[in-house]
Amino acid sequence: MRLTKLASFASMFAAAVTVPALFCASAGAAEIVGAGATFPAPLYAKWAEAYNKTTGTKVNYQSVGSGAGIKQIQAKTVDFGATDMPLKPEDLAKEGLIQFPTVIGGVVPVVNVPGIKPGDLRMTGQLLADIYLGKIKKWNDPAIANLNPGVKLPDQAIATVNRADGSGTTFIFTNYLSKVSPEWKSQVGEGTAVKWVGGLGGKGNEGVSAFLQRIPGAIGYVEYAYAKQNKLSHVLMKNADGQFVAPSAEAFKAAAAGADWGNGFYEILTNGAGKETWPISGATFILLHKVQDKPENGAQVIKFFDWALKNGSAMADQLDYVPLPSPVVALIDKQFATVKDASGKAVAMTTGKVVATNN
Amino acid sequence: MASEPSSLTAPAVGTPRAVQGTPGLSAHRRIEHSATPDLVFAWLTRSVAAFTFVLLAAIIVSLMVSSWPTISKFGLSFLWSTNWDPPAQQFGALVSIWGTIATSIIALLIAVPLSFGIAMFLTELSPKWLKRPLGTMIELLAAVPSIVYGMWGLLVFAPVFGQYVQPLLGNTLGKIPLIGELFSGPPLGIGLLAAGIILAFMIIPFIAAVMRDVFDTTPAMLKESAYGVGATTWEVVWNVVLPYTKGGVVGGVMLGLGRALGETMAVTFVIGNTNAFQNISLMNPGNSITSLIANEFAEAGPGLHTSALLELGLILFVITFIVLAGAKLLLARMSRAEGRK
Repeated sequence: MRLTKLASFASMFAAAVTVPALFCASAGAAEIVGAGATFPAPLYAKWAEAYNKTTGTKVNYQSVGSGAGIKQIQAKTVDFGATDMPLKPEDLAKEGLIQFPTVIGGVVPVVNVPGIKPGDLRMTGQLLADIYLGKIKKWNDPAIANLNPGVKLPDQAIATVNRADGSGTTFIFTNYLSKVSPEWKSQVGEGTAVKWVGGLGGKGNEGVSAFLQRIPGAIGYVEYAYAKQNKLSHVLMKNADGQFVAPSAEAFKAAAAGADWGNGFYEILTNGAGKETWPISGATFILLHKVQDKPENGAQVIKFFDWALKNGSAMADQLDYVPLPSPVVALIDKQFATVKDASGKAVAMTTGKVVATNN
Repeated sequence: MASEPSSLTAPAVGTPRAVQGTPGLSAHRRIEHSATPDLVFAWLTRSVAAFTFVLLAAIIVSLMVSSWPTISKFGLSFLWSTNWDPPAQQFGALVSIWGTIATSIIALLIAVPLSFGIAMFLTELSPKWLKRPLGTMIELLAAVPSIVYGMWGLLVFAPVFGQYVQPLLGNTLGKIPLIGELFSGPPLGIGLLAAGIILAFMIIPFIAAVMRDVFDTTPAMLKESAYGVGATTWEVVWNVVLPYTKGGVVGGVMLGLGRALGETMAVTFVIGNTNAFQNISLMNPGNSITSLIANEFAEAGPGLHTSALLELGLILFVITFIVLAGAKLLLARMSRAEGRK
């Protein structure tokens, strides 16, 4: 998905050049511009196309990466930003931004161990952290064997594979490991790029999967959609309730339903509560300015996402993204009402009762 | 026929009349001819040259400004620290500097002799009917996009390299003391050595094409004289053609080295992308400056991360400058030594 950084730089540049022009023209022709995370880009493109057909409003989304998306919304060169890594409430307040999730995705540990089929192997977060810390070096280590009675594990070295490019996938994965392993938290920590203990770095999901398939004994992590579409050997993870679960749309939904979204939507769904919850889940987020310099554009953005959250679930399913459960969508509706123009009037009202009509 | 080996020295800008042809003809120019177009043209070229200078200065200044947070925080230790830890906001560039330099040196060590052989074959040994198709093929290699080299390297070259070539290297070169250190380690197929070899494939067409073109500028009279006194083809190329064209040859090698230092996409695919420094073995996965920037820039968070990546860019700039300056010095010393003979 991030094959050519050059292309994303080019589109970043294009966005920087075209956006001022769009602002001038936006009073008449409805067109909104967003930039950011690459993970949800295929879905936003699909939503934008369908939305354009029904309303005539154009949504132009540039997938330039979460970091660049945050920078662009701060600089107000776009109408909305998108990020895989939610901003902390204090950062949101400082920048005058609000955020809300759009879809959920999951990160799936995948393995290439001879004789092990998808779903054969059970894992805990602690075990995963120890493997990635280089403490467990062989597949037949007692720590793995005790968890997997009846599974024949070879006497083979474990090769860890990680994402080389900065990525929301890495953020969710390392955030989870930090939650379950104090040692991981102090030694490596969490972020879109971290200091790995050895191992190989592949570029994108494709790069990780290429290494994984080539190196017997390898373990890596990829986005759920990628693992599913390419039928990679996923593992079963033990969640916070002590259940072993397989990655599935239902398991990610369970993670979102069990989460507490009250804190300005600063919620990373990793290691969440719930029997069916997949522990390495995460949402992807949209950033908006709380006070809109261009209320018409702000209203269009809200209208678009309101429509997408309520009518876009089927499209999300098709592309293997997981739509938000409806209580979360209701919470986001409330959040929309807090977006104001300079005079303090809620911008969402200026376009009529979008919230009600689409329900 | 061109009389002087001036392939690399640009014609002086300030003397537009020289363009008219041999000096003897200039006396016949009509006296009423206006000097204004010449003046305009001279100023035009001058301003284009000045623009390049301004652009370069602007790039350096903006790189320095944006990397100032890490320059002031880590100082020179940025250059020799191997610790690249974004969550802890600790940055050191040694692993990627080493990766960039090591892969470029490997690429040159492989590409220069091969290109020399190709150029020698094309200019001295090849039958006439083969020259043109072979030369075109080599030039076409230069037009292959780097991502194609990268994908080929990862999916085709690396598995073969890891399975057959690396164990062989480990069992032969790896046993030699000192040098063996460079070839020890697990045969993963990807790593610094693989990246260097892919880079060599990529720069061969550049170096070979330039070498062939400059070899062709050697006057036939010089070569025939050498053949006439009984020199072999090798002696002609080594003692006549190469000294005559050394400026162009060094220029071609520098062109290749510049590409190797700056290549991003192909390297990213095969270098292994790890910032952990284990030992100096070339079999290990590593990282290069350009590859690290390309991988992490888009998702780099606020704070020092972006600044550290931009400082890496500045370092690459400096490395390239040192290499180019070194090449100029080398050429100057070579021509001085020539005078003393």
